[in-house]
Amino acid sequence: MKSRKKYNEPVTVILLAGAAVFIFLPLYMTLVVAVKDTSQMQHILSFPKSIHLENFVNAWEMTDYPRKFFNTAFITIVNVIATLLTNSFAAYAISRNRRKSKFFSVLYYYFISALFIPFHVIMLPLVVQANTFHLDNIVGITFLYVIFGMPMNTFIYCGAIRQIPEALDEAAMIDGASPLQVFWYVIFPVLKPTTATVAILSVMWTWNDFTMPLILLSDQDQQTLQLSQYVFQGQFSTNYNLAFASYTLVLIPILVIYLFAQKKIMNGVVAGAVK
Amino acid sequence: MKAKHWKVNPVYYIGVGIMAILFFTFHTVPFLKGVFYSFTDWKGFGDWNFVGLKNYGVVFSNKDILSAYFFTFKFALVSTILVNIVSLFLACGLSANVRFKSFLRGVYFLPYMLGMLIVGFVFNFIFGNLIPELGRAVKSDALSTNILGSSHAFWAIVFVTIWAGCAFDTLIYMAGLQAIDKEIYEAAALDGAIGWKRFIRVTFPLLAPSFTINMVLSVKSYLMVYDQIMAMTGGGPGKSTTSIAVMIYKQGLGHGQFAVQTANAVVLFIVVVVISVFQLRVLEKREEKVG
Repeated sequence: MKSRKKYNEPVTVILLAGAAVFIFLPLYMTLVVAVKDTSQMQHILSFPKSIHLENFVNAWEMTDYPRKFFNTAFITIVNVIATLLTNSFAAYAISRNRRKSKFFSVLYYYFISALFIPFHVIMLPLVVQANTFHLDNIVGITFLYVIFGMPMNTFIYCGAIRQIPEALDEAAMIDGASPLQVFWYVIFPVLKPTTATVAILSVMWTWNDFTMPLILLSDQDQQTLQLSQYVFQGQFSTNYNLAFASYTLVLIPILVIYLFAQKKIMNGVVAGAVK
Repeated sequence: MKAKHWKVNPVYYIGVGIMAILFFTFHTVPFLKGVFYSFTDWKGFGDWNFVGLKNYGVVFSNKDILSAYFFTFKFALVSTILVNIVSLFLACGLSANVRFKSFLRGVYFLPYMLGMLIVGFVFNFIFGNLIPELGRAVKSDALSTNILGSSHAFWAIVFVTIWAGCAFDTLIYMAGLQAIDKEIYEAAALDGAIGWKRFIRVTFPLLAPSFTINMVLSVKSYLMVYDQIMAMTGGGPGKSTTSIAVMIYKQGLGHGQFAVQTANAVVLFIVVVVISVFQLRVLEKREEKVG
């Protein structure tokens, strides 16, 4: 048998080459095209002779980047806070009372079975209903995200809460704590890793979602970063430099977050799926 | 104490009750409404009449809808298989004793972070401009044309799906590999199971739980394929790459087929449930057998 210290060199080379061609090359191309001007597009991958940062300025102004960034950040941040506060307590209530009361047991299966309903199945009636309730803005869509996250988050949270011994709740109850106090001071702190998972999945979902904004946010001032790329696709037309500058601006925030939180994100995604 | 009057403290009822009512109103009601509309001729506004099963008749006879089903099934099958094969190889590679391990893992997971829409746009350009440029350089006619405008657009979409989808599946397989006891490998080595043989006889069966997760989630999400098609072909050329989800959006909201497409959505729902339940049954039985 091979000794443990010895590196597997052929596999290392294959993986590095694969990463270079399939991951870094598209990213390099995105950045290079974003800083070139049209006269340098003869050879797409050639290193830029001159850097045209005005592409970023133009894309920034054309798509109204600050406005779209604010909208996307608003949806993402408000959703994640509201989701963590409401969904976690709901899951706690369900998980702890499932055996005591039919009501909670039925709700558990109600939420879980909704996992099988793909979004496109309810899409058409939802558009009509969202108009009736005036949900066609960033506040409305955030509200819908919080609610639509329930099935997945109930599933993840209940899996984690089941592992926490009920003696912990009972001890706190005897000390006179109300259910909300027990949850907030005893259970919620213990659930921290699960909360991280739910937070990561929620952020990824809302930041990158394209379908819900597409059907709900028709007003330019309410649109998200992802949606605005789709909307401006026609106006970019063959000005690829402008288009890629715009894509780069949208990718940068998420790449920065990934750079700093890579381990946490990967662990969170695994925990969410394996539960 | 209140708890004496109530078997369960009312705070719990309120906490879950609010969420349940909201969920019912904004998720279940649209779902039930969709089922209801599918038996009418509603256009999304104005008057409507009951038409019985007529919309379902259209779903099962309309050539465009049937070809969307054919495209979607073929796409889900091909993508699920290819994504899982590539992911298995990647996961094994990234779990081996390689240099720069955590860096490489981070790089291969990166596609998961990027929105599918922009990934689609970037590859649009690669297929439409970069590859034809290289094709002209090597004087190959096949490479010089934009694959997205040809009858092979299907494979371009599959390629992008693999590119983006492998990140998640690889991560799950890596977690599965990590959970395998190293002593099993040593015992297998004594029995002469090494290399490829070890993978088939030992590693792969032990990855059963990860395999179940990946198969079920892959099939479900690829049956709903939407973002990459909207970004890359918009369903074309012609309607050759129109998936069911794309069709529901395009025909349902723009082309006055609201009721027909709600029927289509109900059929899609049944298809997804049947396939998911069937998969879970089969794969969990397999887990029991090998576990």
